[in-house]
Amino acid sequence: MKNRYNWLIHLILIIGCAIVMFPVVFAVIKATQTRSAVLTPSLVPGTEFFTNLRAVWVEASLWKFMRNSFVVAIAVTIGKTILSLFAGMALVYFRFPAKRFIFGFILLTLMMPTEVLLVPLFDLVSQRPPASWEAFWLWFRDPRHVFLEPSPFGFGWANTYWAIIVPFLASATGTFLFRQHFMAIPQSLADAARIDGATPFQFLSRILVPMSVNTIGALAVIQFVYVWDQYLWPKVIIRREDYQVVQVGLNLIIGTGEGVQWGYVMAGALLTLIPPLLVFALLQEQFMRGFALSESK
Amino acid sequence: MRDHAVFKSRFLPWLLLLPSLIILAIFIYFPALQTFVLSFYKSNLRLGTRRFTGFENFYNLFAGAFAPAYRQIFLQSILFSASVVFIGLALSVVLATFASQKIVGARVYRLFLIWPFALSPAVAATIFAFLFNPEVGGVNLILNELFGIKPRWLDTPWLAFMLVVGAAVWKNLGYNIVFYLAALQNIPKEYAEAAAIDGAGPIARFFRITVPMLSPMTFFLLFTNLTFSFFDAFGIIDILTRGGPVGYPPFDNAGMTTIMMYRVFQEGIEQGKSGFAAAFSLFILTIIIIITVFQFRYGSRRVQYGDN
Repeated sequence: MKNRYNWLIHLILIIGCAIVMFPVVFAVIKATQTRSAVLTPSLVPGTEFFTNLRAVWVEASLWKFMRNSFVVAIAVTIGKTILSLFAGMALVYFRFPAKRFIFGFILLTLMMPTEVLLVPLFDLVSQRPPASWEAFWLWFRDPRHVFLEPSPFGFGWANTYWAIIVPFLASATGTFLFRQHFMAIPQSLADAARIDGATPFQFLSRILVPMSVNTIGALAVIQFVYVWDQYLWPKVIIRREDYQVVQVGLNLIIGTGEGVQWGYVMAGALLTLIPPLLVFALLQEQFMRGFALSESK
Repeated sequence: MRDHAVFKSRFLPWLLLLPSLIILAIFIYFPALQTFVLSFYKSNLRLGTRRFTGFENFYNLFAGAFAPAYRQIFLQSILFSASVVFIGLALSVVLATFASQKIVGARVYRLFLIWPFALSPAVAATIFAFLFNPEVGGVNLILNELFGIKPRWLDTPWLAFMLVVGAAVWKNLGYNIVFYLAALQNIPKEYAEAAAIDGAGPIARFFRITVPMLSPMTFFLLFTNLTFSFFDAFGIIDILTRGGPVGYPPFDNAGMTTIMMYRVFQEGIEQGKSGFAAAFSLFILTIIIIITVFQFRYGSRRVQYGDN
């Protein structure tokens, strides 16, 4: 029945794929060419791929940017997953006062993306910490200081990993995802675990975590890609190259020198693309299933 | 609703929640409060001076000397977001629908279409920056050879605007297609088959069955794409145009690709006018809150036909 149209479907898909692929194919080809060939319209792959790769990796210190991005992305992904798991567990498997209020407190942060809070967050993270606990207490004990005046103190974390890790460790999305997932797990399992005398942590490690592989996988993919791709916050808070992440580092590579070495830059862009691509390829199934699960309610 | 709360402990739930609550309180709620507080101050990040000025920042924003620039930025931000969301979703739904047909090589097509999921704004912009470089970029070298023209992509107002939209759409295409493909798998085949027997052509089936059945996913993607165009597009703009170039009237009060988030960065960080930037942030925050409330309000309702 559909055979009549098959050629048209193929044609449209081929055009679509060509448009989607073209920029990156172009980048791959240019990353293999010699310095002079890069600046010509030639789309013939060259032989200089490893030369360009080595140049951007060593001379333009891409390795340093990549290392920093790995440290930050892995720390945030693991930290966020654990904290969301804990919070989700507390919200589902325990009874305590003000539960609805706490859930609301967490969920409300969805309305306040860190990007909009850029300026005060910059102050908070970069300003000098109070000289002593007394100084802090003197400020903190007066609500007028805390609620009505710009804060004079901060964490003094500019140019450190802390600045790009700690503010992102808690997640409303993750907590919400785990809460929904736990609610869908039959209650009899938790009852059985409790009757068998399992402690909450045994229940978490033996039952909840194994039953949540897809949700954890989905969250890990989303978080890793999100952190790896972050640009604005590291650009603002990290001013020393030694601690800069790769997304901003890439732009520093373009910026250095008179004539931009586009061959190097393309090689660097491709390297930057590989880690999230690998994570996505490896966890794609968990991602799809974990997501389908949370969507179907 | 059945109660899952089987464990009894007074302090354990708080222990589990505390790390998340502390981080959210310090790094979200406190800065949100500070945004509000700072918006009443005239402050200079460089000099470290702060002076309470009441509503002066808001006056400058909406009625004072800077108002025309901010009106333009607000307008072009809407235009930018609308273009990115509409073009992005339309392309994705069409490509995803074609790629989910039962044809030879569908898996390969899908693979080619979803990989940009891993693309970051900075990488997308870096590749575009080279591709559309007026002197040595691939596009102009080809255009020059064929037609003898070399458009100044990054300095011509509307071209720059379209280029930034194009880079943003390309960057987000993989993400949208992944989600549309997942949603398409869940649409029962019977609907399309029944419609085909009743004589509905492929185009009618697409608009009458596929698009309505996908509407919950479109609703979800509408908001993720909107967020993307508001915030994540920052990287694309910073690398490609840095907010420029200044447009033709009535777009001559600010750079044509300066979206709201980019202006916050320019004012608050580059110029160090954190009080003024906070006032503008508060305006953006209001928009975000309205959008989120709308999303929560209508998101739980099913925007779809079929079994409920």
